[in-house]
Amino acid sequence: MSFERIIFYAFAAILVYAAGRVVTARNPVHAALHLVLAFFTCAGLWLLLEAEFLAIVLVLVYVGAVMVLFLFVVMMLDINSAPLREGFIRYLPVGLAVAALMLFEMVAIVGVRYFGPDQVAIPARHPEGYSNTAELGRVLYTDYVYPFEIAAVILLVAIIAAIVLTMRRRPETRYQDPAKQVQAKKADRLRVVKMSAEKKQ
Amino acid sequence: MPLETAEYLLALPEIWVLGMACLILVLDLFIRDDSRILTYLMVQATLVVAALITLAVQVPEPVLAFGNTFISDGMATLLKLFIYLVTGMGFLYARPYLQDRGLFKGEFYVLGLFAMLGMMIMVSASHFLTIYLGLELLSLCLYAMVAFNRDSGTCSEAAMKYFVLGALASGMLLYGISMLYGATGSLEIAAVASAIGAEEGSSIVLIFALCFIVVGLAFKLGAVPFHMWVPDVYHGAPTPVTLFIGSAPKIAAFAIVMRVLVDGLGGLVADWQGMLVILAVLSLAVGNVIAIAQTNLKRMLAYSTISHVGFLLLGVLAGTPDGYAAAMFYTITYALMAVGAFGMIILLSRAGFEADELEDFRGLNARNPWFAFMMLILMFSMAGVPPTVGFYAKLSVLQAVIQVDMVWLALVAVFFSVIGAFYYIRLVKIMYFDSPTDEAALQSNPGLRAVLSVNGLAVLGLGLFPGGLMALCSAALL
Amino acid sequence: MDTLLELAWTLTKITAIVGPLMLAVAYLTFAERKIIGYMQVRIGPNRVGPRGWLQPIADALKLLMKEVIIPTNSNRFLFVIAPVLSIAPALAAWAVIPFSDTMVLANIDAGLLYILALSSVGVYGVIIAGWAANSKYAFLGAMRSAAQIVSYEIAMGFALVGVLIAGGSLNLVEIVEAQRGSLVHWFWLPLLPLFVIFFISGVAETNRAPFDVAEGESEIVAGFHVEYSGMTFAIFFLAEYANMILISVLTAVMFLGGYLSPFEGIPVLEGLFAWVPGMVWLLAKTCLFLLFFLWFRATFPRYRYDQIMRLGWKVFIPITIVWLLVEGAAVVLGIGPWFSGTAG
Repeated sequence: MSFERIIFYAFAAILVYAAGRVVTARNPVHAALHLVLAFFTCAGLWLLLEAEFLAIVLVLVYVGAVMVLFLFVVMMLDINSAPLREGFIRYLPVGLAVAALMLFEMVAIVGVRYFGPDQVAIPARHPEGYSNTAELGRVLYTDYVYPFEIAAVILLVAIIAAIVLTMRRRPETRYQDPAKQVQAKKADRLRVVKMSAEKKQ
Repeated sequence: MPLETAEYLLALPEIWVLGMACLILVLDLFIRDDSRILTYLMVQATLVVAALITLAVQVPEPVLAFGNTFISDGMATLLKLFIYLVTGMGFLYARPYLQDRGLFKGEFYVLGLFAMLGMMIMVSASHFLTIYLGLELLSLCLYAMVAFNRDSGTCSEAAMKYFVLGALASGMLLYGISMLYGATGSLEIAAVASAIGAEEGSSIVLIFALCFIVVGLAFKLGAVPFHMWVPDVYHGAPTPVTLFIGSAPKIAAFAIVMRVLVDGLGGLVADWQGMLVILAVLSLAVGNVIAIAQTNLKRMLAYSTISHVGFLLLGVLAGTPDGYAAAMFYTITYALMAVGAFGMIILLSRAGFEADELEDFRGLNARNPWFAFMMLILMFSMAGVPPTVGFYAKLSVLQAVIQVDMVWLALVAVFFSVIGAFYYIRLVKIMYFDSPTDEAALQSNPGLRAVLSVNGLAVLGLGLFPGGLMALCSAALL
Repeated sequence: MDTLLELAWTLTKITAIVGPLMLAVAYLTFAERKIIGYMQVRIGPNRVGPRGWLQPIADALKLLMKEVIIPTNSNRFLFVIAPVLSIAPALAAWAVIPFSDTMVLANIDAGLLYILALSSVGVYGVIIAGWAANSKYAFLGAMRSAAQIVSYEIAMGFALVGVLIAGGSLNLVEIVEAQRGSLVHWFWLPLLPLFVIFFISGVAETNRAPFDVAEGESEIVAGFHVEYSGMTFAIFFLAEYANMILISVLTAVMFLGGYLSPFEGIPVLEGLFAWVPGMVWLLAKTCLFLLFFLWFRATFPRYRYDQIMRLGWKVFIPITIVWLLVEGAAVVLGIGPWFSGTAG
C-alpha cells in the first residue's frame, strides 16, 4: 500500500467520523467543531487530487471565515436540543427506512458500475510545474467569465439583502457618541447655585 | 480565447440592467425620502431602455456567446420583452402600496431589478451553470423581497418557508445537474443534447439525473406535489411582492423548462413526458379543488397559480412545436392576468387595510362598476371563459395535447377547469350580487387606474385577437 | 526506505526551523521587556543571569513547574486542545517561508494562499479556549477576538491580492524574486498603502496592542486565557509571539524583498556586501518589524472595540479595494519599474 493510499484512507475515515458526529453530537458547538474537522480533512483529500487551490480555499473560506462566524452564533445561543429530539424514537423506523432506500438507490446509481474506472477515464497526473491555481484563474476569466460575473452579482445581492433586512434605525435605542461626550463642557453639566447661608435652627 | 466585442453586444441588455441596478443602488443613497420617486422613475426608465436595447441587438439566428454559456435567440428576445413589461407593471402597481405602508425604499426596486436580471440570465442561458446561477440570483432577490416588510411576522414566516424550500429545490436541481455532468461530460446544453443523442437508449444515470432536475424545476414552478410553499408565500408576502413572484418569474421558469427539458434533454422526451403528466394532472386537481375552500383572495390565487402551472406543463409535455408555442402563449398571458388580479387587490387596499379577503370585494360593482368589470374580465380569463384570452390559451394547449393523441389528458384538464371556474365565478357573484359592506371610495393614483384598465382591456383584446401573439410565440421557437 | 529517509530529512529541517524559532520567542519576550523598559525610562529585567540574559529561561522553567488547573465545569478535551490549535498554525506557516532562494521547507505554488488559510485558522484556538473555559470573561474575550480576526482577515487578504498582482505568482520565492533590482523595486513603494494596512492588520490579527481587546487585562482580566495556567498558558504565550515573528517575516518577504540585499543596484556597496547571506538580511528586516510591534505597545493606548471595527471595515477595506484598482491600472499601463514586465 503506497503512502498516498494510507493518507487517503486515514483522511477518509476521519472525514466519515467527523461528518457522523456533526449530526449525532448533542452539543451544537461540538457539532460545529466536527464540521470544521470535516472541512479540514476534506481539504486534505482534495490536496491528494492535486487540487491545491480548492483545498486551500476551502480552509480559508469555510474553516477560516464561515465556521468562525457560525461558531460565534452557536456559542451565544442557548439551544435546548431536548424538544428537537422528542419524536426521535417515533420517527426512527420511517427515517431508517427512507435512509436505507436512499442508500440503496445511491449505491445502485452512483456506484462503480456507472462511474467506475472503466466508465470514466482516470484523470492523468499533471506534469511537473502545472499550477492548479493558474489554470483555474485562466478558465474562470475566459471560458466561464459569464457565470463568474453572475456569481459576483449574486454575492452583491446577498449583501444588499442582508443590509436591507437587518439595518434599521431604532429611534428608541440610545447611542453613545464619544465625540459629543468629549465635547461636553463643565458649563453643560454643572450649575453652581448661589445660596445664602442658612442658620441652624 | 479572447472575448469579442460582438459578444458583449449580445449581452448588452443584461449589462445595461446590471449597470443601472448598481448605479441606482448608489444614487438612491443620496435621495431623500420625499423625493424617492426619482428612484422609481429611474427604474422604469431602465426597463424602457432595456427593452429598446433588446430590440436593437436581437439576432435572426440563435447565436452563442461567452464560451457557449449565453444564447441569444428568438425565444430569449420575446420572453425578455414580456419580462420587462410585466416587471414594469408590477413596479407601477407596487408604488402606492409601498408608499402607504412606509416601505417605499429604493432597495425594493433595486432588488426587483436584480431579480429581473436573474430572469434575463435564465431565459438566455445555454449552459446548466448559467441556468442555475440565474435561478439563484432570482430566488435570492425574491427571498429578500418577501421578507421586505420586516416588522411583519407573516412576512418573515413566508420568507423563511420560501427560503428553506427554495434552497432544497436548488439542491435537487444542482444534484441532478451534477449527475448529468457525470453522465454526459459537459454542461453545455447543446453538448448535453448531442451526448444524449449519441447514446442508444437512455442510461439509468441519465434517468436519475432527469428525476432530480424535474423535481427541482417542479419545486420552482410550484407544481403538485412540490407546491407546499406556494400558498403560504403568496399569502404571507406583501401584495406587490406576491404580484411580482406570481408573474414575471413564471415566464423565466417556463424558459428554463424549455431550455433544460426540450433543448437539453430532448432525447429523453419519452421519459420526462410521463413525469410531467403526473405533475400536470396533480397540479390541475389539487390547485382547482383546494382553491374552492379558500376565503383569502391571495391564497385562492396561489392555488389558481398551481392549476395554471398544470396547464403550462400540459403544453410542454405534448412535445411538439405547437405545444411549446401554446405553453409559451399560456405563460405570457397568465403573467398578464396575474399582474392584473393582484393589481386589483392593491387598488382596493389602502393604508392600514388589506383588501385580500374575498369579502372585501363584496359589492364592488356598486362602488366602482368600471373596476368591477375589469376584475370580471380577469376572473373570466383565468377561468377560461370566452372571449377572454384565458379561453384561447387553454384551447391552444388542449389542441396541442389532443394532437399527440392524449385525449384523456385533455378531458381531465377540461374537467378540472370546470371545477376551477366555480371559484372564479364565485368572486364575480360576490362583486355583482352582494351588497357592499365597505362604502369607502377607492383611493389610488390615476396612473395605477389607467394601467390597470389597460391591463384588463388587454386581456380582453388578446382574447379577441390572439393571432398576433400566437404567431410571435411560434416564430420565437423556430 | 527512501520514503523513511525523506521523512527523517524533512523532520530534521522542521526541527531546524522550530528550534531557533522557540528560542527567538523566548528572547523576544526579553527584548520586549527591555525595550519597553528603556522607552519608559526603566531598566527592565536585569537580575537573572548576566544583565538579565537568563530571564526567559527562568520564566519558562517557572511556567513548566506550575500546576495546570482545569476548571471544574469546563470542557476538558477542548480546554486542553485549544492552546495546541493556537500554536500549530503559527508554526505550520513557517513551512513556506523562503530563507533564501533555495532554502524553503516546502516551495509550494500556492504559498501565499496557504499562509492566508493558516492565519485564519489560528482564531480557533482563541474561540475554543474562550468557550471551553466556561468563564464569562474568557468568553467575552473569545467573541471579541473572533470578530476582530475575521474583520482584519479581509483587509489582510486584499493586501495580499495586491502582492499577488505585483508578484504575478502565489509562490513566495517568486514573489521575492519579482522584487529583485534595488531598494525601490521592493513592493513597499508601489504598494505603500497595502504595506501599511497589511502590517497593521497583522498587529490586529495577533491581538497585540493597541488591538489587544481580546485580552484587555484592564477590562476583561485577561480575556480568552484567563483560566489557563502553567504550561497551557505558556503555549498561548508562545503562539502569540510566534505569530508576531511570523507576521514580521511575512511583511519582510512580501514588501521588503525578503532575503534580498538592500544594497542591490548601488554600485560600490553592492559588491561590498555581496558576501552576506540572504538569511541575514531577512532576519534584519524581521527584527525591524518586531521592533515596531514593541514600539506600538509602548506608545498607543488600547482601541475601543467599536473603533477597531470601524477601522477594519470602513477604512482599511475601502482603501485596499481602491488601491487594487490603482494597481490594476498600473499593471495594464505598465507603469514604473515594477509593473513594466507584468503587463499582458
